[in-house]
Amino acid sequence: MDPGVEQDLSLDTTTRLDTPWVTIVWNDPVNLMSYVTFVFQKHFGYGKKKAEKLMHEVHEDGKSVVSTGTREEMERDVQAMHEYGLWATLSKAE
Amino acid sequence: MSGFVRHRRSKVIHATFPVFEADLLRSLAAQIVELLHNESAIPSATKDPLEQMLDFSGPTTEPEDPVLLRLFPNAYQGDEESAGEFRRFTEGALRDGKSRAAATIIDVLEEAGLPQEPTDEDLTIDVELDQETALIWMRSFTDLRLALGTRLGVEEGDDDYWDSLPDEDPRAQAHHIYEWLGFLQETLVHAVS
Repeated sequence: MDPGVEQDLSLDTTTRLDTPWVTIVWNDPVNLMSYVTFVFQKHFGYGKKKAEKLMHEVHEDGKSVVSTGTREEMERDVQAMHEYGLWATLSKAE
Repeated sequence: MSGFVRHRRSKVIHATFPVFEADLLRSLAAQIVELLHNESAIPSATKDPLEQMLDFSGPTTEPEDPVLLRLFPNAYQGDEESAGEFRRFTEGALRDGKSRAAATIIDVLEEAGLPQEPTDEDLTIDVELDQETALIWMRSFTDLRLALGTRLGVEEGDDDYWDSLPDEDPRAQAHHIYEWLGFLQETLVHAVS
């Protein structure tokens, strides 16, 4: 079994810093800007300003890193983004 | 056409649809349910036949239908193995969730009085959504728009192209529906926020 799917909620900060992964949301021509902003607020708990900034990055730069953490955490974020219909991937932080 | 509005005191989100619009929404939602049940969990053909039959865990290869691929995109770029594993563990749940969300739209419309086969064209359907159901509708509207947008090949800034099509062009008609769903979605996001 892929260790990447185990749900380990007890990860400490050291692990987090050692293994930086990121969730990337990509631009798509369908999703409304208001909806994307709403999803960032709702799922990540970001304030409206931050959510709008990320949404504009997605829209103008084609993509944006919307969260950072362990691989497991990023897989959960990506799955949540797919639930909301956003196009998201995860990868190791550059 | 006013879309969704939140009642200030009760916080209930409501919308009134002419019966033909409610009927159209139901039929779009039903198509999504059907799409999600088709071409489902087919195990990889390269496996041993017995192993294949006993593999219920979920698909590992990407869907062939572009709509399904948009609804369930690869989570890893350039890493087929990780993408396959992610798919195996998530696609089933994602499919079920999206299917249930579309079924919720149908249920709510029918509970609000949408007949199986509407005959009275003056009938209107009043829909009331609590916050949680409104979120489900919002997610499902997104799926509907992704499905239609992918089928139509919608691109950024292509409004002029769609406007240039004659009204009787079925693609223009489908694009009107896509735009209408976008309008409803916009009012729903506003009502929920």
